[in-house]
Amino acid sequence: MPGADETQGSEPDSVLAEETLDAAVAEATAAFAGASDLDELASVKPAHLGEQAPVLRARRMIGSLPAEQKAEAGKRVNAARAAVQSAYDERHAVLAEERDRRVLREEAVDVTLPWGRVPRGARHPMTTLAERIGDVFIGMGYEVAEGPELEAEWFNFDALNFGKDHPARLMQDTFYIAPEDSGLVLRTHTSPVQARTLLHTAPPVYVVCPGRTYRTDELDATHTPVFHQVEGLAVDKGITMAHLKGTLDAFARAMFGESAVTRLRPHFFPFTEPSAEVDVWFEERKGGPGWVEWGGCGMVNPHVLRACGVDTDVYSGFAFGMGLERTLQFRNGIPDMRDMVEGDIRFTLPFGTEA
Amino acid sequence: MRVPVSWLTEHLELSEGVGAQELTDALLGVGIEVEDVHSLDAVRGELVVGRVTEITELTEFAKPIRYCKVDTGGSEPETNTSLGFAVTERSYDEEQRTRGIVAGATNFVEGDLVVVALPGTVLPGEFTISERKTYGHVSEGMMCSARELGLGDDHSGILVLDPGSALPGDDARTILGLDDAVLDVEPTPDMGHAMSIRGLARELACAYAAPFGDPGTRELEQVGEDAWPVRIEDRDGCSRFVLRRLTGVDTRAVAPWWMRRRLMLAGMRPISLAVDVTNYVMLELGQPLHAFDTASVSGGLVVRRAKNGETLTTLDEVERELDPDDMVIADDTGVVSLAGTMGGASTEISDSSADVLLEGAHWDPASISRTARRHRLFSEAAKRFERFTDPALPPVAVELAATLLQQYGGGTVERGRTDEGEVTPARAVTMPIDLPDRTAGVRYARGVTARRLTQIGCKVSIGTGADGTAEVTAEPPSWRADLNQPADLVEEVLRLEGYDSIPSELPAASAGTGLTEVQRRRRAVSRALAESGYVEVLPFPFTAASVWDDFGLAADDERRDAVRVLNPLEAEKDQLATMLLPGLLETVHRNISRGFRDLSLFHIGQIVAPTPGEPSAPDPGVRQRPSDAEVDALEQAVPDQPLHVAVVLTGQRMRSGWWGRGEPATWSDAVEAARTVAAAAGAELEVRSAEMMPWHPGRCAELRVEGTCVGHAGELHPKVLEAMGLPKRAVAMELDLDAVPMRRRRPAPELSPYPPVLMDVALVVDAEVPSADVAAALRSGGGDLLEDVALFDVYTGEQVGAGNRSLAYSLRFRAPDRTLTAEEATGARDSAIAAAAEQCGATLRQ
Repeated sequence: MPGADETQGSEPDSVLAEETLDAAVAEATAAFAGASDLDELASVKPAHLGEQAPVLRARRMIGSLPAEQKAEAGKRVNAARAAVQSAYDERHAVLAEERDRRVLREEAVDVTLPWGRVPRGARHPMTTLAERIGDVFIGMGYEVAEGPELEAEWFNFDALNFGKDHPARLMQDTFYIAPEDSGLVLRTHTSPVQARTLLHTAPPVYVVCPGRTYRTDELDATHTPVFHQVEGLAVDKGITMAHLKGTLDAFARAMFGESAVTRLRPHFFPFTEPSAEVDVWFEERKGGPGWVEWGGCGMVNPHVLRACGVDTDVYSGFAFGMGLERTLQFRNGIPDMRDMVEGDIRFTLPFGTEA
Repeated sequence: MRVPVSWLTEHLELSEGVGAQELTDALLGVGIEVEDVHSLDAVRGELVVGRVTEITELTEFAKPIRYCKVDTGGSEPETNTSLGFAVTERSYDEEQRTRGIVAGATNFVEGDLVVVALPGTVLPGEFTISERKTYGHVSEGMMCSARELGLGDDHSGILVLDPGSALPGDDARTILGLDDAVLDVEPTPDMGHAMSIRGLARELACAYAAPFGDPGTRELEQVGEDAWPVRIEDRDGCSRFVLRRLTGVDTRAVAPWWMRRRLMLAGMRPISLAVDVTNYVMLELGQPLHAFDTASVSGGLVVRRAKNGETLTTLDEVERELDPDDMVIADDTGVVSLAGTMGGASTEISDSSADVLLEGAHWDPASISRTARRHRLFSEAAKRFERFTDPALPPVAVELAATLLQQYGGGTVERGRTDEGEVTPARAVTMPIDLPDRTAGVRYARGVTARRLTQIGCKVSIGTGADGTAEVTAEPPSWRADLNQPADLVEEVLRLEGYDSIPSELPAASAGTGLTEVQRRRRAVSRALAESGYVEVLPFPFTAASVWDDFGLAADDERRDAVRVLNPLEAEKDQLATMLLPGLLETVHRNISRGFRDLSLFHIGQIVAPTPGEPSAPDPGVRQRPSDAEVDALEQAVPDQPLHVAVVLTGQRMRSGWWGRGEPATWSDAVEAARTVAAAAGAELEVRSAEMMPWHPGRCAELRVEGTCVGHAGELHPKVLEAMGLPKRAVAMELDLDAVPMRRRRPAPELSPYPPVLMDVALVVDAEVPSADVAAALRSGGGDLLEDVALFDVYTGEQVGAGNRSLAYSLRFRAPDRTLTAEEATGARDSAIAAAAEQCGATLRQ
């Protein structure tokens, strides 16, 4: 008969008495509080919340009470049971939190240990600069044009209005290709792309051309025989030198920040007329803000347009060109040109995989 | 070109106080670069004129030493008691105010006026003069050379001033003009007219709108007879030839101090009166001149091209073989001068010459340019002739030189003047009057165009064109051969008005289409390699032919057919590499020598494709657009230059460290690099084994895309590594990115939501069978239900028998429209295995 044993030795009245229940709650609370970890808590739990715990025994006795007392006793017992459970839960939460904290503390590592298992790569700043310039002009509606580095003399010189014996042609320190009459050179500038583009594309033409170029300079701190330029060309109706200036200013701001402006100085290039040299105002210039020589530019010489089949009565154009090594050198403060070309990984690595 | 400011401003009426810096800015503004401004005002302390009163030659020393008494005027020198040695003789005479000075130069005589730096004076280069005992005498100052005073390079002796030009004790700064400055100007190659005081002063006159007295215009007396018989045989090479003769000239006379000073400041050393005068006139007017010793000239002069086999010993004592293209001046004995470039030794003015022929001519710039280049004679004369000289100048310049020569060397200017040839006036250029405005994007004030063109010397007229628009016609002055088209006139207006007045506007460019697919792909590949741990380098393409031997290429390997550079910087590196690997390996080598062992490098760049036979490009001229066929021929003549991608790895790919062991880079890393590139390029890479130098024959993969070989990857051949001094087991990949077909627009896959059935199979095959073939067989046999095949284990050993290996694959089956049953999956697996058995001889491992 269920509950038979529970009736032995204790009367329902005393078991269900308020003071008995309060004592059981107090005893349980003290026992739980005395548990110093979850294991101890688990070991004391059955005595206060198990089948033989006073509050559970009390509940089982309610059935033997007269009907009119049942409700009252049930309420008391439930309250006591809830109080014990709550004391347990609270203590459990505290001890679990302590345990978790301890475990996580024990799992701590030295996060400053270096991790170099997977080597990091990097792109050359020349590549990212050329891409950046491409993006700036793409944003202005230009397209990026490309051409071969080994080039026909006709594209590199003749089409660009370099007379056969003109000093300007001889001043370019050209690498010539064997045999003597090959008619080929390593391009001395990116300007032949102008001619190639105009021969194949009817105006309007807006192109920018970053690329590798060659001149017979010995490698030293400020010269390299293999270097990079960027060329810009716009041929359209009504193109003016003011447009050239505006484009260069926009380019300068994109490269060197909002405070950058350009200044034009009259100069000579066979493929432009009028021609100018471009200086850029550079705030972080070594030795204080000032003008830095940046490149050459001008209005495309009508001789060039005609040689490329453009009607000079209808169209005009501007062109500009800059040395990228030079741009990098003063923008990034690179003291020696050789660092840029020798391929020492210590030079390239800090530039990382930036876009 | 070095230009003293005082000389530059001589023909100009400038307002007071225009200094060297303002002139520099003004020249820069009109387009003449000033490389350097050198102030002469660098002497601190007392610098006085002295007169040498007594010379004692001290003969006991190994070199000539003179002890001189020099009258320096002015105040008495103080007795210096702090010398620290016994002063046995006072070296100055109180009455005569003389000082004792020890000198090593011998180019002066008693009575000469010299420049003395007194003790305490500091000369350029922080050279402090002090009273000191030397060669047994107390030297109380120093007599200075031109170089010591910063006036030029002349250090052959001390500076001797013109007799009577000053008094002892005068401040020598004034006499020497040390308040002057020298501008180092660099006119652009089109500005022949600016290669002279005359031309530069004219540019400044335009910049300042200042009155300018042109020294190049001079009324010449009509003489009506020749100075010497001359015949011009080649009028293309020489359009004008002028001679004037002087007799009884003392050619040993010294040019006056003012002239020598100007020459020295311009960077020329005074040599002799005749040379100094011709150089002076060249600097002043821009017309190079030549002086012949008339007595050495036999018969009339002929101006012509050289003949085959002719030679000439030039003034620099070099015997030169002449080219039939060289313009020369010849007499009855043969060639006596290399025209416009350098005179001949046989007719050079000597100390005994008294009869002088002064020559001035106009030479064809292109011809002079070729001659100068051919003989590597970049003389001051050639520099001017090749940039174009004013054809109106020869008689004026010759006259000025004759006058100066007679003034300082005496003698007579003979009556006759030879003036052969003629000046063709420059062609007038007409343009719409608003073309400068339209080109600049500026509305210039009315009349600016005509005013500016007049200012530079054009004869300007205004008219109306056929369509009623206002036009300006400009007839260029004789000294401007560079004004041939409207754009040339436009530049003159714009540069003189100042580029600063041009506003900043953006053109309305058309909407662009962004980067091309090829450009985007290149960027993707570059980023992918960097993200995979590769460091980008940019080696040069110059390669030595011996690299191909190191690479072990067969004699007939086409990669040896590299295009060659005629004038390489390093003689042996004269080839343009047909692969990126030589340059990349050189960079690896450099990094290793700098202490790095674990390297993963990449390079993306154009190579020049092997070109059998000699390349040659046509020249279609530039008068008009070449025909499409000509353009095509030009483009075809340029060898292909495909874009290659290459990587090299040495040492550890995965690094060792506190975390554990690393992993050396292996052939598979090189192949993986190719897969990285292919993935970034959106291409399906197929790999098969191949033998290709410089790779290890058993560890080389041929990289294929859509059935075409695009490159190779794997371990480099041990012999190649040894030959190139590279670490063992280095691996590399190179592929032709341009040969990888562009990705076609790819349809998105259809995804089945049904669960997969996973099954593993282990197959035993002959070890020679490539795993790729087995996988392909499984795929073909597995049919549409087989979604994925992944190799997860490779085993060789006794259990599978000698010469065999076991390949374990994980197969994933899935149906598009239903949950696959185990029976269906098993069926598909069995047909996959059957296909592998049939195609590769595979058996199921027990």
